[in-house]
Amino acid sequence: MSKQKLIVVGNGMVGHKFIENMIENPAYSDYQIITFSEEPRLAYDRVQLSAYFAGKSADDLMLTSPDYYDENQVQYIVNDKVVSIDKAAKTITTASGRQESYDKLILATGSFPFVPPIPGKDQPHCLVYRTIEDLEAITASANQSKVGVVVGGGLLGLEAANAIQNLGLEAHVVEFAPRLMAVQLDEGGGQLLRSKIESLGVGVHTEKNTKEIVAGEKCRYRMNFADGSYLETDMIVFSAGIRPQDELARQFELEIGPRGGIVINNQCQTSDENIYAIGECALWQNRIFGLVAPGYQMAKVAAEHITGGDLAFIGADMSTKLKLLGVDVASIGDAQARTEGCLSYTYLDGHAGVYKRLVVSADNKKVIGAVLVGDVEAYGNLLQMMLSDIEIPGAPEQLILPAGAGDAPALGVDALPETAQICSCHDVSKGDIYEAVKGGCTDMGGIKACTKAATGCGGCAAMTTQVMNAALTEMGVEVDTSLCEHFAYTRQELFDIVRTKGIKSFAELIESHGTGHGCEICKPAVGSMLATAWNEYVLDDKHIGLQDTNDVFLANMQKDGTYSVVPRVAAGEITPAQLIVLGEVGRDFNLYTKITGGQRIDFFGAQLHELPAIWSRLVDAGFETGHAYGKSLRTVKSCVGSTWCRYGMLDSVSMAVNLEMRYKGLRSPHKLKMGVSGCTRECAEAQGKDVGVIATDKGWNLYLCGNGGMKPRHADLFASDLDDETLIKYIDRFLMFYCRTADKLQRTSVWMDNLEGGLDYLHEIIVEDKLGLCETLEADMARVIDSYECEWKKTLQSPERLKRFAHFINSDATDDNLAYVEMRGQQKGRIATDVERKKLAKGEEIETVELV
Amino acid sequence: MTTQWEEICKLNDLVPGTGVCALHNGEQVALFRPANDSQVYAISNYDPIGKANVLSRGITGDIKGKLVVASPLYKQHFELTSGECLEEPEIKLATYQVKVEGDKVLLAV
Repeated sequence: MSKQKLIVVGNGMVGHKFIENMIENPAYSDYQIITFSEEPRLAYDRVQLSAYFAGKSADDLMLTSPDYYDENQVQYIVNDKVVSIDKAAKTITTASGRQESYDKLILATGSFPFVPPIPGKDQPHCLVYRTIEDLEAITASANQSKVGVVVGGGLLGLEAANAIQNLGLEAHVVEFAPRLMAVQLDEGGGQLLRSKIESLGVGVHTEKNTKEIVAGEKCRYRMNFADGSYLETDMIVFSAGIRPQDELARQFELEIGPRGGIVINNQCQTSDENIYAIGECALWQNRIFGLVAPGYQMAKVAAEHITGGDLAFIGADMSTKLKLLGVDVASIGDAQARTEGCLSYTYLDGHAGVYKRLVVSADNKKVIGAVLVGDVEAYGNLLQMMLSDIEIPGAPEQLILPAGAGDAPALGVDALPETAQICSCHDVSKGDIYEAVKGGCTDMGGIKACTKAATGCGGCAAMTTQVMNAALTEMGVEVDTSLCEHFAYTRQELFDIVRTKGIKSFAELIESHGTGHGCEICKPAVGSMLATAWNEYVLDDKHIGLQDTNDVFLANMQKDGTYSVVPRVAAGEITPAQLIVLGEVGRDFNLYTKITGGQRIDFFGAQLHELPAIWSRLVDAGFETGHAYGKSLRTVKSCVGSTWCRYGMLDSVSMAVNLEMRYKGLRSPHKLKMGVSGCTRECAEAQGKDVGVIATDKGWNLYLCGNGGMKPRHADLFASDLDDETLIKYIDRFLMFYCRTADKLQRTSVWMDNLEGGLDYLHEIIVEDKLGLCETLEADMARVIDSYECEWKKTLQSPERLKRFAHFINSDATDDNLAYVEMRGQQKGRIATDVERKKLAKGEEIETVELV
Repeated sequence: MTTQWEEICKLNDLVPGTGVCALHNGEQVALFRPANDSQVYAISNYDPIGKANVLSRGITGDIKGKLVVASPLYKQHFELTSGECLEEPEIKLATYQVKVEGDKVLLAV
């Protein structure tokens, strides 16, 4: 049987989702997919578009890649628009003249921004907010503008206003309706949102009907309004809603709704059964769905229908929760209380800036809508109560009253049916999460990886955690978070004990809070905590037994029991004289020599007794220990930055040296790596590091919790356009908070994936200081920094300590179990195998085959 | 016949909670002093799993009541009294008679 040919017109979020659904379908081998995009790039995350202004690159926003499509035999054609359909012959033709036949055609053409027919709207600096190209145009225009106006006070409009303000312009929002976010909010919510936004310095002008755009006096343009008032501005961004991109369907006679949109049935088929329409271009029961979750649902339905499934699209909930200009806003169901007979409860806290409205059914028993501004914590509960049609336990007003005013009857997740959708971005149900837990996922990191829940907008993170915990309890799984059999505490609890009780040794801690002698799990973990808290010399008698061999000998044990040596080369900057010393040391001690991934030099094959001699040469030449052996800061990788590079925005090397010298010696739950790039070309790969810093024309962007390694994780953008002082302050706080709260041997990436509240929570702690911790975090870090000393320098000064650096306590002999094979010009090219070892012992020669 | 003893080192050379390696009758012996007392244990220094002479550099402790050292290479536990590997019981290391007299640590010849 030949493959069925599917053509997907439009490679946006929904078009790509459809392709992804097809690829994941077991019958995928029976299909062949071609996708066309008129944009120059493949699908990217338009929901996160505003992150582009916060420093994310187009690459960061990509949802797919040529590699992914190639691997799955999806043909993709960008920069070419489908211009005609022959329904009878089942073919399409593109602008470039390319013709393709199809068995099924999927229209995922999306929408375009509606620009009201105002005279003067087509001038330069009159823009829209939809694609990456639009954002590039806005950025270019902002460079020549001082004032920017957004026409449209809806969700996207406010996002655009935020972007304009971040670009350094005086920002205004002009709205036709009497309030902001008129679709989602009621009057009270709109008013509070307005006052919050105005206090951020954004001008809000409601009930303004723009009549014309003419030349201005102080600015480039003047917008004249119907009421006789006017506003001057240099740039205008239209964000007055979207219109379905139905041109192609219209031209080739598919049924179109009276106000636009390609009419579809419950299976997402258009008036031609072989043509489907999904996403914002589709009209279902006279409704257009301008959110991504319903679009994803349509993509799933269409893919199911094509492959013989019987899923149906039955509409979608349009509830939303988001942060606009830093203000939390959520809208659920019938937010405007339009249902007949419904009742409302309202809570307003003018001081804290919180507005909540709960809309309930006429019998006072069911949630049918809500508006939340300033505090959206109740969102998850209220949404689930509405979607699952759950009766309100107790008095409805308790659902929106602040804690303390009588306990809010938290919705037990037990009350939810199996089918309750917890994550709407990825359509993950309560049942899916239960399945994942049964399959062995017992933490949020696992649930996210397995189900994708809470990895879209993140709005369901709290609810997902609750469901996971309920599943664990139900299954009788007790998640044992004890450090090990010797301590019935988590690492975080032990760290608090060490810090608050001033405990300075393992003996003291196990005596007061543990049992037995300890083991290779708790000893290094406690050793690390003591070092983070008090930073005493790790080879002190009371600490030495806690350390892994690497820390005991301040070098990294290799598989034959010899060690590798890595001196610190801060930021990879090294003088020729220092480089020569390193060369001489490598040569004189006959060490296998290699450059590391962290921009420094590693010597292998050093025996225990050679370490002091090697290090006295290095210390004499001014080198310090590189802590390559510790769970501590390794390197801060840097690009050459503005001092040499044509593209560098700031001096990345100086910042990297500064950071490396500041945090060297900090013992942490696991190793730490950092990177500093001088521009967004990102040559230092900072976004794959625990702490990544990237220069922009306005300061430093700070990325956190990235990782290369086994499970790569792209770092999260934490803060933008920081000056040196603020950057360092945030990193101080972040590192210390991580040291306090992480589990043993937990990298920042995994820590972040399991951090309840995620990036927003971290932001509240580090930037907003919501828990009032910042002062002590900084003080703790200052203590570590002030007490730094080079461990090798100190060790070399103590003959008593150096006695340990002998293979035998009672002989000068050395280990006779070591043998090496020459390779690529290095005498210690590699460790010999058992067979080779025997040959070498007999004095025979070894042939080496070198892989080229 | 009485056992002959060879002095290896001073008790002070063994910091409580650590080990050292001794050359004894041509063999590598790992000596451990798990706690701050005069109890010393001696087993082979060779890790048969990691195939290297490294056990004296492992961390000591107790697992379910048994005194052990964890190999610094791949972390298997070897019991200090019997030499038995907890993870692979068929592996058993040589053990040595050891005693402390005053400030001296001695191994049986």
